[in-house]
Amino acid sequence: MYLYDQYDQAMVDARVAEFRDQAQRRLDGKLSEDQFKPLRLMNGLYLQLHAYMLRVAIPYGTLNSRQMHALADIADRYDRGYGHFTTRQNIQYNWIKLEEAADLLADLAKVEMHAIQTSGNCIRNISSDHFAGAAADELVDPRPYAELLRQWSSFHPEFSYLPRKFKIAVIASDTDRAAMRLHDIGIQIVQNDASELGAAFYVGGGMGRTPMIAPCIKEFVPLDRLVTYAEACLRVYNRYGRRDNKYKARIKILVHEMGAEAYTKAVDEEFERMLEEGIEPPFAELERIRTFFDDPLFEDGASEDIDRSDPDFALWVDRNTVAHKAAGYVSAVISLKPVGGIPGDATSEQMRLMADLAKDYSFDELRVMHTQNIVLPHVRKADLHALWTALDEAGLGSPNLDTIEDIIACPGLDYCSLANARSIPVAQKISERFAANGKTDTLGQLKLKISGCINACGHHHAGHIGILGVDRKGVENYQLLLGGSEAEDVSLAKITGPGFDEAGIVDAVETAADVYLREREEGERFLDTYRRIGMTPFKEALYG
Amino acid sequence: MADLGTSKDTLIRYREDDPVDHAAVTVDSFLDQSSASAVRVEPGDDARELIPHLERLALVEVNFPAFGDGRGYSSARLLREAGYEGELRAVGDVLVDQVAYMRRCGFDAFDPDAPLSEDDLETAFNRWPEVYQSAADARTPIWSKRHA
Repeated sequence: MYLYDQYDQAMVDARVAEFRDQAQRRLDGKLSEDQFKPLRLMNGLYLQLHAYMLRVAIPYGTLNSRQMHALADIADRYDRGYGHFTTRQNIQYNWIKLEEAADLLADLAKVEMHAIQTSGNCIRNISSDHFAGAAADELVDPRPYAELLRQWSSFHPEFSYLPRKFKIAVIASDTDRAAMRLHDIGIQIVQNDASELGAAFYVGGGMGRTPMIAPCIKEFVPLDRLVTYAEACLRVYNRYGRRDNKYKARIKILVHEMGAEAYTKAVDEEFERMLEEGIEPPFAELERIRTFFDDPLFEDGASEDIDRSDPDFALWVDRNTVAHKAAGYVSAVISLKPVGGIPGDATSEQMRLMADLAKDYSFDELRVMHTQNIVLPHVRKADLHALWTALDEAGLGSPNLDTIEDIIACPGLDYCSLANARSIPVAQKISERFAANGKTDTLGQLKLKISGCINACGHHHAGHIGILGVDRKGVENYQLLLGGSEAEDVSLAKITGPGFDEAGIVDAVETAADVYLREREEGERFLDTYRRIGMTPFKEALYG
Repeated sequence: MADLGTSKDTLIRYREDDPVDHAAVTVDSFLDQSSASAVRVEPGDDARELIPHLERLALVEVNFPAFGDGRGYSSARLLREAGYEGELRAVGDVLVDQVAYMRRCGFDAFDPDAPLSEDDLETAFNRWPEVYQSAADARTPIWSKRHA
């Protein structure tokens, strides 16, 4: 994985010093909260319902065991012994004291981490495929391109006061595991007919209150012009994106209102002018970054055999491991979705265990998934039983990847000052319901996503089943949506009809699941059946 | 060193030449008349309209009515990219936490609504030991140092 050199380290150290100075000015009363707010937001520090929340960047979701240990130590030292892994492949701490925030950032900097640009109207932490470098189906590892863009976007002088936040995802396979087309810019590394690598640019996707799927505006940007093309995309947005209404300020609205063709034309004109400006790093820099992402030394002839005599283990292998490009290896998913638990939460003890297991069994590497689980990307099949045994003892062995228990949920009204409704208790009750009625296995792949407000941090638009919490005359109310997908078959979910109260939404999810079980044909997932039969049978069952 | 206290005591310039002695006009009036050599660009103006007339401009003021409106950064940079070498002055809600980025985008003068202390400015300009991008200033990006 990428390691800092003296330049990268100098930049994060400078940031810690700057923030320490700003926080001290606030504590001394020299800065008002209004003046301090934009400064702390540039460092991922939010003021939430009960305390400060700090969001730590995990670039493209990749961590080594030393970094995961540091995250555990931070959870113990500055928080209440746990952290929350997010849909942006980051981690958030919910109980931070302003007096200690600079020390926390200094601890992060010691392990080449930071909270830079994890909030504010700037280019945010760049996300990627959580199976990058391991997936059997990828063209190349997408992370070098994400790292190149991470450096370009860090402290960018022109794009730090954009109309609104800006999220970029980079993938390199036709299977989309990063919700690429629901980002402000989605990049897919592709190959042309001459076998050259390039970048396809999808611009103007997003969730939030106006969900949109990004159109492809450029099918092939040569790799030695990648940064320049991104710069052109951002400049057109910075100049013309709406600033009169924060709810219409994302780039998706600009692309929609201009039309993708007119936006692309403006970008291309800007790009042509910029080619003379020396914006692009030399190709040698991309090659330097690539060397950090070389394959680990996979064992030749690693055994393909797995002893499946223990049925619990066999179930976990079937559900939670994914095909790897190297023979005898898999990627293993550690579920942070125990039945009745808080999706994405991990205790410091669990973080330490995952770190140690990564060191023992996965070449010292872990990934954070946007679905709020953790991946050990490179595990020998021969080691899976030992790995599972250790996970299971620590409550990390839930065999529920991509099932109805593998719920994405935002922090909701339990923590978030923007939320209208709680998300966590709904997720807990749904996973408890399906664990109790035994339908989880029969339902197969069923992606359920819950947001506690219209900002859609829980990705409800992209759920096979989505739930949106709203406030109805002071009472929490939950709308049900069906038919969304964040994958390569991307689609936006539709609302079924009137909302439900907290108990009612759990029943409604089970009703929808039962319609699928009744109507499904051989080999169909919930999403496939919904797409074939449409909304009507579900509405009849829910409201009839 | 900054030249403090010329026309008014909030003006800070990082240039050797004398400041223009008359007020800037709007982009529309500038395009309508040939005599003005100072113009003020508002966030909604298209700074590219000035490009055919750069040789008769000595001062471009870029207004920041609110610090969070970042359009002026792009206006500044595209004027420098087009070859403008006259004074580029950031005016309005210009805060010490923004000036380093503004310099990188090509601004070489500041006339903020609230005065900035010279000490704070020096701290701000010296804060970042390195830069990751090439921009409108002369700083060498990290990627260039790595492959020098």
